[in-house]
Amino acid sequence: MDVSVTVNGYVYEEAVAPRLLLSDFLRHTLGLTGTHVGCEHGVCGACTVIVDGTSVRSCLMLAVQVDGSNVRTVEDLADGADLHPLQSAFHDNHALQCGFCTPGILMAAVDFLEESDSPTREEITEMLSGHLCRCTGYASIVESIHLVSRREGTKE
Amino acid sequence: MKPPVVDYARANSVAEAVDLLGRYGDESKVLAGGQSLIPMLNMRFAFPTMLIDINHIKETSSVEVHEDVVVIGATVRQSGAQLSREVQSHVPLLAQALPHVGHFVTRNRGTIGGSVVHADARGEVPLVLATLGGQVVVVSASGRRTIEAADLFVTHFTTSIADDELLVETRWPAPGRSWGYAFREFSLRHGDYALGMVACSVHREGGVVQEASVALGAVADRPVVLKEVAASLVGKPLNEPAAVAAGKVVTESVNPSSDLHASDRYRRHLAGLLTKRALLAAWADSGGDLS
Repeated sequence: MDVSVTVNGYVYEEAVAPRLLLSDFLRHTLGLTGTHVGCEHGVCGACTVIVDGTSVRSCLMLAVQVDGSNVRTVEDLADGADLHPLQSAFHDNHALQCGFCTPGILMAAVDFLEESDSPTREEITEMLSGHLCRCTGYASIVESIHLVSRREGTKE
Repeated sequence: MKPPVVDYARANSVAEAVDLLGRYGDESKVLAGGQSLIPMLNMRFAFPTMLIDINHIKETSSVEVHEDVVVIGATVRQSGAQLSREVQSHVPLLAQALPHVGHFVTRNRGTIGGSVVHADARGEVPLVLATLGGQVVVVSASGRRTIEAADLFVTHFTTSIADDELLVETRWPAPGRSWGYAFREFSLRHGDYALGMVACSVHREGGVVQEASVALGAVADRPVVLKEVAASLVGKPLNEPAAVAAGKVVTESVNPSSDLHASDRYRRHLAGLLTKRALLAAWADSGGDLS
């Protein structure tokens, strides 16, 4: 089936099989390997991307479902060498080690911070229940997201 | 962990979806949020030949408040219902339960209708529908019919909705003031399947319980509505001894099975404890005095 989709500002037109997952479409068809694939059943959160402004599991959507949609992946966060505030905070606070879970957490956090102005650490922890990280113990991830939310709060 | 070979059709209206369902019947699967169906495809638990995508149907995507019922369209997202002012003020029990459904990201995609038809015995949304005595509306080529929650959930992952019928509406009773609600569940990790869950509603009048509903999830193959427990609360204030007694009856009457995560004995104890806590919370929510 033909799919026309905007990914990170570029329009792609591809022919795909209906059974192709969005995660595999991004990685294999478009070569955007920043989106990681972990469990492929919606538990680990590594494949989280933003479709039409909302964070979703790309392993739980078919590529044919994003025909006509706008998709944002982790590759879209930094502006050249300028990191996104969340990426900088993760870097400064040692919020990643192996980095496998990081793209998914970043994309979920981007959406989460748009929805919640000043989340508590408990709310951030609850959001992170949908993301498995086996390296950090989460404390530094919670701290980074919390810091960015407060900085964004003071800007307004 | 990839879906099997399957065809895909995007339905843009209820009529289109019903037409496709009529043509493909039990060979097809309706694809709503896909947060349970796509894992089942990835794990090869399901082998439909046709997926009917209903995500672009506009008619089923709104929340409407009627006099004593709130109608939530089948494709309203779990996150949309959770954040909906209408749901928060008129169906607070559902609003309380929704944060326990999956995770922030899966709720962005998962739908209310999908949770109902998936009929997971550990599902929060089916439990709340059963507790409130709600209804669903289904449509097929031969017309439209309403199914009571009590007649809907048959067993694990099975409802009384026929292969050619499409769920279009879920209907949630909203009786208004002097009702109190509470939802309680316990799981090993937030967003995981619960080891026990209880939902209850209490109608308080003149300092006593006028009417109540108590239902348990994750203890059987479908939501279990305990009418005798609810009836035993009527005519009295819902104080600590009354809640403890109700919890004891629940512990003795439910029959969950053991698994890797917890023994049947532990689950029975948990069901009683959660019932006690939920009843006291619902009574307080109705404006009842806890002293």
